[in-house]
Amino acid sequence: MSAALSVTDLRVSFNTMLGTVQAVRGVSFDVQPGEVLGVVGESGSGKSVTFLGIMGLLGRSARIEGSARIGDAELVGAAPKVQRKVRGSEMAMIFQDPLSALNPVHRVGAQVAEMLLAHQKGMTHKAANERAVELLDIVGIPQPDQRARQYAHEFSGGMRQRVMIAMAIANNPKVLIADEPTTALDVTVQAQILEVIDRIRKEMGTAVVLITHDLGVVARMADRVQVMYAGRVVERGDVMSIFQSPDHPYTRGLLASLPGLGHERLTPIPGAPPNMLQPPSGCAFRARCPQAIPACASDLPELVKVRLTETACIRANELEVMS
Amino acid sequence: MSDPILQVENLTKNFTVKSAKGLRVVRRTVQAVTDVSLTIGSGQTVGLVGESGSGKTTVGRCVLRLIEPTSGSVKFQGNELVGMPAKHLRGLRRQMQIVFQDPYASLDPKMTVGASIAEPLEIQGVEGNHQDRVAELLDLVGLAPDHARRFPHEFSGGQRQRVGVARALALNPSFIVLDEPVSALDVSIQAGVVNLLQDLQQQLGLSYLFIAHDLSVVRHISDVIAVMYLGKIMEMGPADDLYERPAHPYTQALLSAVPEPDPVAERQRHRIMLQGDVPSPIDPPSGCRFRTRCPIAQERCAAEEPALVDRGQGHPVACHFPQTVPVSVTAR
Repeated sequence: MSAALSVTDLRVSFNTMLGTVQAVRGVSFDVQPGEVLGVVGESGSGKSVTFLGIMGLLGRSARIEGSARIGDAELVGAAPKVQRKVRGSEMAMIFQDPLSALNPVHRVGAQVAEMLLAHQKGMTHKAANERAVELLDIVGIPQPDQRARQYAHEFSGGMRQRVMIAMAIANNPKVLIADEPTTALDVTVQAQILEVIDRIRKEMGTAVVLITHDLGVVARMADRVQVMYAGRVVERGDVMSIFQSPDHPYTRGLLASLPGLGHERLTPIPGAPPNMLQPPSGCAFRARCPQAIPACASDLPELVKVRLTETACIRANELEVMS
Repeated sequence: MSDPILQVENLTKNFTVKSAKGLRVVRRTVQAVTDVSLTIGSGQTVGLVGESGSGKTTVGRCVLRLIEPTSGSVKFQGNELVGMPAKHLRGLRRQMQIVFQDPYASLDPKMTVGASIAEPLEIQGVEGNHQDRVAELLDLVGLAPDHARRFPHEFSGGQRQRVGVARALALNPSFIVLDEPVSALDVSIQAGVVNLLQDLQQQLGLSYLFIAHDLSVVRHISDVIAVMYLGKIMEMGPADDLYERPAHPYTQALLSAVPEPDPVAERQRHRIMLQGDVPSPIDPPSGCRFRTRCPIAQERCAAEEPALVDRGQGHPVACHFPQTVPVSVTAR
């Protein structure tokens, strides 16, 4: 099966007054049709910027290199016209805050219909409006024909996120990128939204990229997990392996820092992520890593299969298997 | 339980909001908190959990009288705070502090961190060398004394929250309201701040009211947990007891909705899915406030409001039909 989205050596940097921020430093991965790829990492790890770059949603200060292919189309460096065509039809994105992503002065149904009219030539307004109501129904909005005539402020947070999902899936995209889709929602509503995303992936075969900092959400939803740190992928594997036998010290540190069932003392990762204006040489995690040796400063570790996962750590072979 | 440091009885807070009805302006009442009672023992941590709009933050603010309660009683070390003149209240405020969620918003960007920490000392007219006290406080929260000269933007999120804690500790309080103190932090950083709060509690004998929506952190830090929904406490009990034997259908749904960082458990888990959203606190449902989303609601639930009492579940539950579910259902 060919990948829905294929990314090779993607690099994103921003020119700022203080210098060049290297937000993404050589990231490669594939997303298969119908799978959920969980992307985890702390703030500033480059997890969102990677996908905003692929979508062409970063401003002019961003410099994007490498390759991102969806089907036959190359997205990096593509003309704005090509990007516009791909965005919303082949690939769509939903965000953390649906209120700021919806237009307050247009009816919700019209905004969903606009997605259809923009990408499907020859579609009539009537057909688009009817399809919009169907889409609102698919994402679980009760009384979709009435709700379609309302405005964003008349919807609750969870319902707004459903509208965003309806817009995103309107043109049956190959890839749905969900950037912290439930972070702003209450847990009981989060459970509903995750259910909708899961159903869409199953019924429509959409590849889903789920960007989140919540390891619980990843454990629940993802087939494969990619852990990012300082603009690079540090570990990748199927969800069971990542949670049960992670090899990278950062992944281990993240899992160990979560509160468990008992009341034993928590184990934070010491220090803070590096400044991406001057990323450290070699492994970016070495300053916080309990396993670091002098050699970690010289070589930039590549992602290689060690045990069950691919790990970017020169010591991965020597480290003891975590229980 | 040791002597209570804080006793809240029948606390109610209504807000008046104006809304347009045609050309007329109508005043309506938001029932943010209704009839909440809880007790915090000396050296104890009480956790308050609930979704947005549940009133948990309002309880925290009312307890410190940062906002005026509509009715009810708040006793701090035996002194009634509701109706206490501002002059007397100021003295007691030394003992009661608060740490907010967003340390970036709660620190003045134009003041050095040292000046921010020293501000409560100046306001309360504390004698002595403030610089020394600031250095001591920074050391207490795991920062270096020379950090006092820096500005908030020079710190990471975790460090900034430590500054917020140092400021709250400046006046040697005995009780601190922690309003979502780690929610804005990354997990690896969050663990360090949680450890700090626990160490300080041990060292200084502090009592905490810990307000949060992250259920695993609340369980970790709290002795007793109260679950709020639409301004009322639905269930309250010792942390482990509540998580292992939740009896209120809302607590059960809440616990079952939280995804666990364990893919095996997640894939086997039975989930209680709640339909719809939380109703508006302007016009809460009659009887039990949870009944509109409750999977086991019956006629009686609309007619009669269930009291928060122990119905043989081992801890108080505000439900006519409490059912203890086995641990495996909610897992955590």
